[in-house]
Amino acid sequence: MLYREAGQFKSTYASDMVVFRLKEDRAGLAVIILMAYALAFMGSDFLLQAVLIPFLVFALAAIGLNLLTGYAGQLSLGTGAFMGVGAYACYKLMTAFPDINVIVWILVSGFFSAAVGTLFGLPSLRIKGFYLAVATLAAQFFLQWCFIRIPWLVNYNVSGALDAPLRTLFGVPVVGATATPQTRYIVVLTLVIVLTWVASNLVRGRIGRMWIAVRDMDLAAELMGIRLLQTKLLAFAVSSYYCGVAGALMVFLWYGGAEYDVFNINQSFFILFMVIIGGLGSLIGSFFGAALIFIMPILLGIVLPIMLAPFGIAIGAETIEHLRFMIVGALIIFFLIVEPHGLARLWQIGKQKLLVWPFPY
Amino acid sequence: MSLRSLSLGLVVATLLGGAALPAAAQDSIYVPLFTYRTGPFAGSGTYIADGMHDYLEMLNQRDGGIGGVKLVIEECETGYDTKKGVECYEAVKGKNPVIVNPWSTGITLPLIPRAAVDKIPILSMAYGLSASARGDIFPWVFNPPSTYWDGMSMIIKFIGEKEGGLDKLKGKKVGFLHLDASFGKEPIPLLEELAKELGFEAKLYPVAAQDMQNQSSQWLSVRRDRPDYMIMWGWGSMNGGAIKEAVRSGYPMDKFLSVWWPSEDDARSGGAGAKGFKMLNWHGVGATYPALQDIMKNVVDKGLSKTSKDKVGELLYNRGVYNSLLIAEAIANAQKLTGKKVVSGEDVRRGMETINLDAARLKALGLEGFTDSIALSCTDHNGHRPAFMQEWDGSKWTKISDPIEPMGDRVRAQLEAAAKDYAEKNAGWPKRTETCDKAS
Amino acid sequence: MDVLYKVLIEPFVFMGEAPDLLLQTLWEGLVSGVLYALIALGFVLIFKASGVFNFAQGIMVVFAALTLVGLYEKGVPALLALVLAGAVMLLLAFAVERIILRPLVNQPDIILFMATFGLTYLLIGLGELIFGGSPKEMITGALYLPQGTTELTLLGGPVRFQHLDIAAAIIASIIIAILAVFFSKTRIGRALRAVADSHKAALSVGISLNQIWVIVWFAAGIVALVAGIMWGARSGVSFSLQIIALKALPVLILGGFTSIPGAIIGGLIVGIGEKIGEFYWGPLLGGGIDTWLAYVIALLFLLYRPQGLFGERIIERI
Repeated sequence: MLYREAGQFKSTYASDMVVFRLKEDRAGLAVIILMAYALAFMGSDFLLQAVLIPFLVFALAAIGLNLLTGYAGQLSLGTGAFMGVGAYACYKLMTAFPDINVIVWILVSGFFSAAVGTLFGLPSLRIKGFYLAVATLAAQFFLQWCFIRIPWLVNYNVSGALDAPLRTLFGVPVVGATATPQTRYIVVLTLVIVLTWVASNLVRGRIGRMWIAVRDMDLAAELMGIRLLQTKLLAFAVSSYYCGVAGALMVFLWYGGAEYDVFNINQSFFILFMVIIGGLGSLIGSFFGAALIFIMPILLGIVLPIMLAPFGIAIGAETIEHLRFMIVGALIIFFLIVEPHGLARLWQIGKQKLLVWPFPY
Repeated sequence: MSLRSLSLGLVVATLLGGAALPAAAQDSIYVPLFTYRTGPFAGSGTYIADGMHDYLEMLNQRDGGIGGVKLVIEECETGYDTKKGVECYEAVKGKNPVIVNPWSTGITLPLIPRAAVDKIPILSMAYGLSASARGDIFPWVFNPPSTYWDGMSMIIKFIGEKEGGLDKLKGKKVGFLHLDASFGKEPIPLLEELAKELGFEAKLYPVAAQDMQNQSSQWLSVRRDRPDYMIMWGWGSMNGGAIKEAVRSGYPMDKFLSVWWPSEDDARSGGAGAKGFKMLNWHGVGATYPALQDIMKNVVDKGLSKTSKDKVGELLYNRGVYNSLLIAEAIANAQKLTGKKVVSGEDVRRGMETINLDAARLKALGLEGFTDSIALSCTDHNGHRPAFMQEWDGSKWTKISDPIEPMGDRVRAQLEAAAKDYAEKNAGWPKRTETCDKAS
Repeated sequence: MDVLYKVLIEPFVFMGEAPDLLLQTLWEGLVSGVLYALIALGFVLIFKASGVFNFAQGIMVVFAALTLVGLYEKGVPALLALVLAGAVMLLLAFAVERIILRPLVNQPDIILFMATFGLTYLLIGLGELIFGGSPKEMITGALYLPQGTTELTLLGGPVRFQHLDIAAAIIASIIIAILAVFFSKTRIGRALRAVADSHKAALSVGISLNQIWVIVWFAAGIVALVAGIMWGARSGVSFSLQIIALKALPVLILGGFTSIPGAIIGGLIVGIGEKIGEFYWGPLLGGGIDTWLAYVIALLFLLYRPQGLFGERIIERI
């Protein structure tokens, strides 16, 4: 009843074309963003550090992969490695030039991963579908091997791992052990909001339309005058940029130090899950997917023991883990059967229904 | 319905209000155990988890905890996955844990900088960052009883003795089969330094984590290079895989040595051919020690443990017991130092630094002869204790050497460089401000 | 110049100097190739008949082997356990058809691919719940699989042949032969080929898709069981075996997703290629290159033939 299109008149083309056409949508978004910032002060350390920061990082990586797979139609299994490139580039940059703000380096590091992503995107001109997916696995394993084998990447650290030296923003530590979860969360949140905004404009513009044309049928797109090579490579570059930034955020603002192993193949699959479950070709779907795939297992870990306790079943930590796996697996299948187009589609249907509620005719 | 709303309410409450699960009761000490009974490393992790849990549970059952305070033992399943490990850390952080033991180098690394901030000591027993042996730089991290550099130097010394002197190593070839991760790569600098000095040739055979069970390439290379000795730094299914492949490719087993991580299962998987396989170890095997008998009586027989009876006393089970022995001793020391019954992480850090397990103390704990004495201090968080070599005789481990002293000066030099390096790279690494206690 | 010498000449000189090692490397590569091909075969069977890229093949290998060993440990005689493990795979095939494939019929490939991820998670959880996470030993002896080694002196040096490897190669060949006969001679086999050609046309001549799906998933389950026994005998049965299934992916793209001979030839190329590469050129890069070498080999082939060596030609129309 409160959510109505009626009565909102658009008098210019621009106002008719905006992302959020309804003032309720705009208000809703503002409330969500405000609440997200408010959580920084209300949430517990556990909520911020173990739930929200990783959620945002994964959402950003999922947006990156979604640009490539959902919008441009190129299946990639190298996400984890591209995230790694971002993290290692950021580490090299921030240790080589410690005077420049770390936020700058996090954003710049994405360009390195974009370059690497473009390189491994080259076969996409010739190879399609699952064949391409397996080809990107080459990137995954090769880059992972590089991370271990090139000690220069970690400044010849004996531990062979990335560590997070202290870096500040306006005198407040953002990277390093003394950075509070609040600061980290606010920084990650801001970056994710800005980058999501950029992505949403990108996919609505000329570039995004080119990607969609290529995805729907590349031969037809080519006949229409879209240059396949440039378009596909651009998709790889932009996608890897997002993944690279997400990787840098992951290591420096979430873990605060990590081994190469966090960029392994499972990470790539993990993010692909998020994209597909959330909805291919939908930015908000990336957030839903990240929430479902990352937060749900954590919730299950908390809920299951509580649910089972009244029946006198005390289950061990490992049984919970098994049940978590099974439930996540079952839910993936369930959601695919209920709505193969992902959670974003459910969200859209829900909004559509709400628009006409309570008189659906 | 009420159940669902109740649990939902609880979830929301936990997420918003901090992880306020029932553990933080006032009259108990909360000891979280990070374990992995799932995932690719479960084969090693399960026994360790059982050993750690059972010893602490035994203290609860037999003595009513430590110093009369019950221990709340809670396992958090990490699956050896850094992501889940960090999640576990955040989940237990709010419940006043007195110590964490990550049991994975990958999980230890992100936790090291946080330890000082959150005031939670880390016990990474003979794994993790070797440099953290330096208490003056890493006051919150403990990695007794030996570092990987100690281990490597002991193995080289052992080989030297077998050959009749370290100088006899000249011209020999030593292969180093390692997990291709920071854990496996750590001893390489020392190995290469010793190789240069003693004139032997070091050959490296890295095994990627995804190829732990598919090592035929590495062993082909071993056949090509024909190293005189093989040293292994592996974990989880890599150890069993390597022993099998060594048997398959006919490598002489008595020249195959390992750091302290293989288990009976790994050796057993090699069948009769695995006879002669050697590994370092620093504690006893078997369940004959009085404390282990107490575990049998008070925990296993009462059905409070997940272990099966025949696994009690196996190598990795006892490794878990040793880990818990250190925790319990640190808590007891902390109680003595502070006079408090319910101690905190800060107190246990002090308790850890004053650990002094000599023969008499071990005897009092029912673990006479279980392990060598160990004493930690404010500067030395490791102890650099000697370990002995044991050999697989086809069905069990037998001790075949006296404790081998590590090459102290070399390890110190490595430590020095590594710790300095770490502090330098992490600009603003805090200076130690924690005061130093006299051993009690 | 020195680098060029090391890359281009030295390995070949070494091959000539020690032909026995070359032979051994080729043999090891051959055996790995056959074992990769066995895993890849499971993928191909399902992809051919239902167009599903079955990511769960890897965990099916582990699950089948675990069931076999788990039953044996519970006291079931080995051969009965083998039959029962087969029955479990049949049950799984029915469940997959009923619960996953039927509701998802006509969905895009990637959705079905994703559904098999869900299946993977489900099977990991279920497997660990029932059989526990710790690795188990394959019951090689009870299944009458040969053990031991024959050492022959060939080309001036000892070359070792594991009896188990020889058995693996023979059993794999038998399985492949059976599948080939099955596909070309039997009624069901012909129906399978019809389905692979076109679902709609097959339906219109009265072939039941549901039945065919159960059959191919069951066949893939049996292939998984055999692969599980062979890999398990080599390196123990544990959940990390699942990762080895990823090695089957370059085999697949090399051979083409739809070709059974392709899976075998691809397996051999990958197996031998990665062993030779690691053995002769690996040391130049510090070793361990076989983690990605297979993919690079496959990628190079793909640039020539985007549909793999034996894949069906991709014809594009607007």
